[in-house]
Amino acid sequence: MATLLLVFLVSACNQQSGGDKAGALGSGDAASKVYVAPGEYDEFYAFLSGGFSGQMSVYGLPSGRLLKIIPVFAQDAEKGWGYNEETKPMLNTSYGFVPWDDAHHPELSQTNGVPDGRWVFINGNNTPRIARIDLTTFETTDIIEIPNSGGNHSSPFTTENTEYVVAGTRFSVPFPQKDVAISSYKENFKGALSFIKVEEEGLDIAFQILVPGYDYDLAHSGKGKSHGWTFFTTYNTEESHTLKEVNASQNDKDFIAAVNWKKAEEYLSQGKAKDFPAEYLVNRYDESTHTATSTKHETVKVLIPSECPGLIYYLPTPKSPHGVDVDPTGEYIVGNGKLSADLTIHSFDKMMAAIESQSFDDEIDGIPVLKFEDVLAGTVQSGGLGPLHTEFDANGNAYTTFFISSEVVKWKVGTWEVLDRAPCYYSVGHLMIPGGDSKKPWGKYLVAMNKITKDRYLPTGPEMNHSAQLFDISGDKMQLILDFPTVGEPHYAQGIAADVVMQNSKKIYPLNENNHAHAIKNESEVKIVREGDVVRIYMTSIRSHFAPDNIEGIKVGDKVYIHLTNLEQDWDTPHGLSVLGARNAELLVMPGQTETLYWEPQRPGVYPFYCTDFCSALHQEMQGYIRVSAKGSNTELKWSVGED
Amino acid sequence: MTRTMKNQQWSLLVLLLAILISSCGGNSSSQTGETTTPPKPMVAEEEPEETDPMKNKGIGPISSVELGEIDEAMVAEGKKIYEQMCTACHKIDKKYIGPSPKGILSRRSPEWIMNMILNPVEMIEKDPIARQLLAEANGAPMANQGLTEEQARQILEYFRTLE
Repeated sequence: MATLLLVFLVSACNQQSGGDKAGALGSGDAASKVYVAPGEYDEFYAFLSGGFSGQMSVYGLPSGRLLKIIPVFAQDAEKGWGYNEETKPMLNTSYGFVPWDDAHHPELSQTNGVPDGRWVFINGNNTPRIARIDLTTFETTDIIEIPNSGGNHSSPFTTENTEYVVAGTRFSVPFPQKDVAISSYKENFKGALSFIKVEEEGLDIAFQILVPGYDYDLAHSGKGKSHGWTFFTTYNTEESHTLKEVNASQNDKDFIAAVNWKKAEEYLSQGKAKDFPAEYLVNRYDESTHTATSTKHETVKVLIPSECPGLIYYLPTPKSPHGVDVDPTGEYIVGNGKLSADLTIHSFDKMMAAIESQSFDDEIDGIPVLKFEDVLAGTVQSGGLGPLHTEFDANGNAYTTFFISSEVVKWKVGTWEVLDRAPCYYSVGHLMIPGGDSKKPWGKYLVAMNKITKDRYLPTGPEMNHSAQLFDISGDKMQLILDFPTVGEPHYAQGIAADVVMQNSKKIYPLNENNHAHAIKNESEVKIVREGDVVRIYMTSIRSHFAPDNIEGIKVGDKVYIHLTNLEQDWDTPHGLSVLGARNAELLVMPGQTETLYWEPQRPGVYPFYCTDFCSALHQEMQGYIRVSAKGSNTELKWSVGED
Repeated sequence: MTRTMKNQQWSLLVLLLAILISSCGGNSSSQTGETTTPPKPMVAEEEPEETDPMKNKGIGPISSVELGEIDEAMVAEGKKIYEQMCTACHKIDKKYIGPSPKGILSRRSPEWIMNMILNPVEMIEKDPIARQLLAEANGAPMANQGLTEEQARQILEYFRTLE
């Protein structure tokens, strides 16, 4: 055995490759490339979607350190998200409280086509929604529901100056919704391409375009010369409604839909849009009141292509294209035909010339179909199988994932020549290069997000976290330098230079700017107010006590709201609050913030409450008691702190 | 195999591994028997330095404060900020979590007071008086309330009236 170990060590010492699975790992000093020394910062933030976790995770690159999980569409007991009274409205929909979604594509806001570090958006696929996260606080501040849509997948891709983020339906549905036979698909089912106006103060649906009932899969907006256009891929142009695995893959070509949204704005201002009934909720978290509100909307403006010439065109694209990716110059539109071996690249200039010359193959529901040969710029013949997504570096190269052949292929934009290929472990879906879908990619690294993990890490039973792999792409050859596990299933990610974001990161919420309806600003304002069976406890926290910490006169059946204001004003001094038996999660209150725990006491007794987030040497002492008396008893309502 | 033999074999293996590892990097200097610094006790073990507390200006941004006639406008502002930001731990009429500020200007220099307000984390770590106070408060740290120098100066002015 000793001999065996020695042999192993000697071979490791010589830095030979650890075998096939390590890919290119052994060929250079991979460890030093991903080593971020203790106390040092990563070069990039990476925002990875959580997929079926409903959340977004934030990693540092190149270390692969998990920095934070931002709760978005799913209740998160760790942070009280969707449990405390303030954030419950964020998960409201026209169907009521929906505490989960399938979060797919993070998208950073852009200015002049470059990620600007203000916000990151993400779509909820299942109950169609788009969320916005404020990158000064890394908190979700907006969630808007998308009506007339099913499977909000081609979303929330941004336009060049974040004028809009978009939402295309992956599952067409009756538009507006109605009770019809599923077999009447071709007659009754329609697609909706939605454009959501992005303002500092909130999100709203500017308009929807009523389109044929295909599956609108992914999107990206034009940039530079193609600014003003957004491209959506389609599949199921067969309009089948069953066994799509077979029936939606019959046509040799589907389409990329090219939408001229500046034209749409003209039609809107001319009053060409029709008001369609559409119930949807807009939820907004106000940082000043630390409270979210839901607003119901009942109509949406709809543009109909046959009444709006020049609004939308179809570009024939082979084999059920999945991702549609626009190169940094805005000229090339890459269709990743997922049932193909080749990539199809369209030219924006050629598209404009074909539109100019009115050279159309066909027209579908008022949408002109351009001729494939007229718009084609080139084809990448890669030899791979199942292309899904493409990102770009700063040197005119593109990188495409191939799911079936499990690899990333690097190719030259313009010559379509394959330059390099690297295997992924296993079955890569999305990829991300920092700034890789923008006008100015940072390049340097590529993250491959793999769908299958199998033997990459220590086994953890039947279920394993999905794997991500980091490649150094600064040289001619891609070099695999790190594996790291992810949360849920990352569908896409976005990366941005750390300094763009960190300079705006807030450390506390100023107490004097706290406008919460039930905030108190110091201990002298502590009080308890009873109105019938509704009891409001106005409580404060500071290291290391709550005020009040002795409470009596609460009764079984009361509806108790504990409004906790954290008086701390120093960075990283949150306090938690939990109550024995409360059928709820904890609160986790940031410095200067107010949050509310709802509790219905069930049995008489004395109930401890305590701080759940270790706050100081006297954290264990940060606790109190609430006395609960029987319903109808006359125990006096009183409260105190520091009294015998 | 006896236990002793096993142990001997392992010792040999460990030795071999050590040689291999140290030769591997080609940089095997600094293998001296340096000991790590023992963890600092939370409470000061040594006697506080023999200095007049009134001459101790503390550690932080404030090196000099001029006290003139009491400025009532500043006092009023300081009282407001004190009541807002400090009373969860400091009561005027008694020791609470921390000491009462009553008469503090006869115990501490004005600079020390402002540095303790503005720079409590470093003060608790390094200043002998602040370390002693932390011990007296059972380790409850003075919270940094994120005040500006102007606000700290206003609080100081208010403290001057609490004799």
